[in-house]
Order: sequence, then C-alpha cells, then structure tokens
Amino acid sequence: MSTPKATDLGGRALDFVMGIVEAPINGFERLMGRKRMPYLFLAPNLILFGIFTFLPIAIAVGYAFTGGTGLFVSDRPFVGFDNFRQLLQCEDYLRPGSCRESLFWTAVWNTLWFVGFNVAATLLVALVTALILNRAIAARGFFRAMFFYPVLLSPVVIGLIWKWFLDRNGLLNAFLQMLGVPPEIFLLDVGWSRFFVVVVSVWFHMGFYTLILLAGLQAIPKDLYEAAAIDAASPRRTLFRITLPLLGPNLLVVLILLMIRSVQIFDEAWVLTNGGGPGTANSFIVQYIYQMAFGSDLRLFGLASAASVLMGLVLLALTLIQLRLGRKMES
Amino acid sequence: MSQGLSPIAFLTRTRRPGRIGVTDILSWAWLVLGTLAVLIPVVWAGLSSFKPAAEITRFPPTLLPRAAVQQTVPGFNAPLSLWTVDVDGQPREMAMVRRIGLKAQMVDPSNPGTPVSVDVKTMSPVQRLTIATENYTDPLTRFDFLTFLKNSVFVTFVATLLTLIVNALAAFALSKYRFRGEKAIFVLIISTLMIPLTVVMVPAYLVVVGVGLVDSLWGIIIPTVASPTGVFLLRQYMLTIPDELIEAARVDAASEFRIFWRIVLPLTAPALAVLAIFSVLWRWNDFLWPLIVLSSRENFTLQVGLNAFQGEFSVQWNYILAMTFLSLAPVTVVFLFLQKYITTGIAGTGMK
Repeated sequence: MSTPKATDLGGRALDFVMGIVEAPINGFERLMGRKRMPYLFLAPNLILFGIFTFLPIAIAVGYAFTGGTGLFVSDRPFVGFDNFRQLLQCEDYLRPGSCRESLFWTAVWNTLWFVGFNVAATLLVALVTALILNRAIAARGFFRAMFFYPVLLSPVVIGLIWKWFLDRNGLLNAFLQMLGVPPEIFLLDVGWSRFFVVVVSVWFHMGFYTLILLAGLQAIPKDLYEAAAIDAASPRRTLFRITLPLLGPNLLVVLILLMIRSVQIFDEAWVLTNGGGPGTANSFIVQYIYQMAFGSDLRLFGLASAASVLMGLVLLALTLIQLRLGRKMES
Repeated sequence: MSQGLSPIAFLTRTRRPGRIGVTDILSWAWLVLGTLAVLIPVVWAGLSSFKPAAEITRFPPTLLPRAAVQQTVPGFNAPLSLWTVDVDGQPREMAMVRRIGLKAQMVDPSNPGTPVSVDVKTMSPVQRLTIATENYTDPLTRFDFLTFLKNSVFVTFVATLLTLIVNALAAFALSKYRFRGEKAIFVLIISTLMIPLTVVMVPAYLVVVGVGLVDSLWGIIIPTVASPTGVFLLRQYMLTIPDELIEAARVDAASEFRIFWRIVLPLTAPALAVLAIFSVLWRWNDFLWPLIVLSSRENFTLQVGLNAFQGEFSVQWNYILAMTFLSLAPVTVVFLFLQKYITTGIAGTGMK
C-alpha cells in the first residue's frame, strides 16, 4: 500500500478519497454502535466468499446429478446417479478401453502414475536438498534462493521454456548429439513425454517443499546434535536416529500436500504436452474435467461435475489426514 | 593474506575449518548441478528469444544469438549476404550475387568487379552477434500482446489492491473485536483454504455467468479477492498489535474506521507487503481460471494469450520465447529484490 507521505499531492488526494469513504462508515457506526462494526468490516469478504466460494460448493454436488446442456440448474433435468454410473461403468478398470468413459479412466490411471512418480521424486530431491542446505555450507542463501526461483514462475512460462529445451532443435538434443546420441522428439514419445512431465513438475515445485522441510530441520534442537557429537555417533546414525525421526511429522505433511497438489496436475502439463499428448498419454483428471465442461461445444457440465465430485472426495480424504496429522504435531 | 579474507577459505568454510570431507564435495556437487538445472532451461530460452527467425531452428544451435550478415554492394539493388570464401587457399569475405547449383557467384564487396564463381562447399556464411529486437517489438505491435500485457497489468494491480483492502478489513474485525460468531467465521474462512479451484471450477463458472462477469476482466478479479491466505496472514500479524493503542485512540474519540486506517493498517505494513507480493505473483501467473472465464481475445491475460499464441504459431518460436521472457521478467525482478520476504513468508505460513 502506498504511504500517504509519498508525495504531498498524492497524500492529499488519498486523504480526500478516504474522507469520502469514511463518512458513510462513520455514519453506520453512529447509527448501529461500535459493537456492530466488525460485521461491517467482515461484510465485503464474507459476501465475496459466499458468492464465489460457498455457493459453488453447494451447487457442485447438485450439479453432478443433472444432465442436459443447460448452464443453470433450473434448465437441467435431474438424472440421479446417471453421471456417476457413466463414469464408473467398466468391465475392467485396469483397461480404460473397456470402460464406458474410457477417457476418464485413461486420465485416472495417468494421474495415479504421475502422482506416484512425482511424489517420490519430489520428496527425495527436496529432502536431499534440505538436508544439504541445513549444513553449515557457504553461500547457503544463494542456493536456497536458486532452488526456489522456479516456484514463482507461471506454469505456462515453465511449459514453454521446457518445450523449447526439449524441442527437436533444442538444447538437450544438441547436447546429446555432442555425445553421439541421435536426436529424439521427446514430447512425441509416450515414455519420454511422461518422464519429462515428472521432471518439469519436480523442477517447478521442489523449491517450495525444500523450504518447508528446511524450516522443519532448523527447528530440531541443536543440543541433540551436540550430544550425538560427544557420543561420536556416525553421520549416518545421526541422520537415521535424530534427523529423520524428528523430521517425520514434517515429512508426512509434505507428503500429503504433495499428493493433494499432484492429483490436480494440469497447467504446466497442458502447455508442455500440447493438451495431454501424444494421444492421451498425458491427459490427467483435471484436464478431463476441463475438456468435458469447457473444451468442446458439448459442455457436459453434469459429467464434469460428477468427475469433480469424485476427485474432490479423494482430496477431502487426503485433507482430513493432513488435518489429523497437523493436530497430532501440535500436541 | 589473512585467513578471513581468502576467497578459497571463504568458499570452503564448513563446520570444521580446514577439513573437507567427501560429504562436502558431494553436497557442493548437488547444489551446483541443481543450480545449473534451474538456470539452463531459463537462460537458454532467454538467449533464444533474441535469435532471428531464420536462426532459431538451426541445429545444432549456437549459444549466442547470431545472424547472417548482409551488406549493400554498389551496383546491386538488394543487399547481398556475406560469406567466407576460400580463394586460392586464402579465406576472404565476399558477397553472394546468385547461386546456381553447386556454384555461387561472388563479388568483393569493397571492389565489385566481375563476379567470381566459387564452389558452394568451400563457403560458409559470415555471422555476427545480432539481437533480434523484432521478436519483442513485432508481437507487441502486430499481434495482440500489448493488449494481453495491459490486461495482465490491470488484473494484477486492481486485484492486489482489492485483496489488500478487503482482507485487511476482515482481519481487523477478526483480530481486534470480540463478537458473536467470531470463531465460527474464522474457521469458515480458513476451511476454504482446503477447497481447490479444480474441484469447484464448473459451478464457479456458472456463478460467474450468473452474475454477468463471464468474459470480463472483473470476472477474474472479483472471485479471487477474498483470500483465506490473506485473512490468515494479516490476522496473525494484527494480533501482535497492542490493544492499548486502539483503546487510546477510542479515548480520543477516533472512529473505528479511522483506527483501522490510521493506526492498524500502517502497523501491519510488513504483512501487507508479503500479501501484496504473493497476490501479484498469483494474479500474474494465474492460468486455469482466466482460461475458463475469458473467451474473447481482447480480454486475454498474458498467460492465456501465450497459450493461445503457441497453439496458433507453433513454429514461430522466436516470438513465443520473446513473449515468454517478457512474462517472466517482472517475476524475476520481484524475486531478485524481495527474495527474503518471499521465502520467509512461505516458511512462516506454509502457503504459496
């Protein structure tokens, strides 16, 4: 917020505006009394929350039970569990092709694989980095900042930067050619594109989790390490007997947070893989929801909402676990 | 030179001075490799964004942006391209008049007499360091990028301003008053932290259509103004402001709003700064919600515009990368100057 002192003119203008804003608010205070002021102060926030957060949540569930192509609930016929039945009808869940909504199950399996690899890789990289940054190492602040930098970038920018890096004429292929490896169009290969979606995700987010784990490491009392040094405990023993057990709760919180975020993979993968390609190799659940609802002229809002509700239930379960862990940590 | 001033001693300083173990070397290797992994794709995109269209797809690529040099030669209307040519074992710079099969006709640019016929195998183009500023100016003038940029700046600025005001007011109420429903409201607001946009995006879109904000910049500003993160951050900070200050102001007959505006808000400046930084980053980088809400091109933000642009011009990487860099630059500047605030803000709240 700009300070009124910035320039005299700006200050006077601000005073003038605030005088106008202040008058009705002070009038309200004189009329209703000081006790009611907090409600007035909360009003803008709560009105916006009500309209744009609570109302959608309330509608979300109802929406999933309606069909048709109308946008408003009143224009939509009630279809009971039809949308859910359509999503869940399947001969063999392991083979998405045998399901009525094969795209949905392809997305579910792609997401599960992504979550598995991404959570493991991010956790490992973030933990190692946090452990290293927790050592009395020179230029620690610089490295911490460096690893954190990608977290602040936009997913579209990251998708494009990596798309260029992995391009047929990109730097990676130039490097491989120097080593005598033939060039590869990474993003058109099913295996490579999946691999690089994970790489890009780790690259993007690991700094955030490193920061959280580092905060946890720095909260471990120093005298424990001093005691271990007096006992001449090996570094490995110190790591497994002191550091990791005491970091345990933080690790669990990071694990759940990572899972919650990984399930919702969309933006950077969408840009990187040109909308989930090659084919449907990188189409994930959020992309399925987006495409059903907004991607084509079909506007299958009911089906998209049903998929949202299913994903929401998974996220809710993960959140409840996280809250329980958080409470346990506090006590 | 004393121990404390030696750069080597400084760089290798560890817990036990003088002894560098295997762990230290491995740690350094990890950190340096990690830093390279972070920087290389970004720097590479940046360098590429200055390459001329003809150069950007060259493989193997050159590190720095270069371009073939052209020169006006007296006697020829169009500028001719310069090539290094082997003439009698001597490398010379010559201008190419035309090319016929495997032979090219070259003239000496400073002394254009009769053209010499040269084998194309022996010649290579003369390249100089060239910065293709048209990669930046073209999208801003010929395409809609100036509009996208304006929209992004407008959304970021207005949404951040509103976020600060609306959430500071709520945080003030929740930290400095005792009233009925206080706790319930706080829990209600904080609980929305757990609800991701991806779960409610379809009904949220419906609501935005319902209130008539679809395909409008206000449709991406207003729904994101009330922020649980913002309320939480500011409330925790305002709790540390002593109530005596407020009581004293009340004795002086200051109105409640004046107390908020003149006393509490200035004292909350550090937390407001952190929220402002976060808010700017959220809005500038936001993609999924604007993608859903905005449908006409003149309303696109930079991120949505970039995404649309790369779909349409999949080969014009020089333009795409330049605009990518334009979108990345403000974030990088913010980060360079406010790195400490951002990292401590995130470590303190566990949010981003």
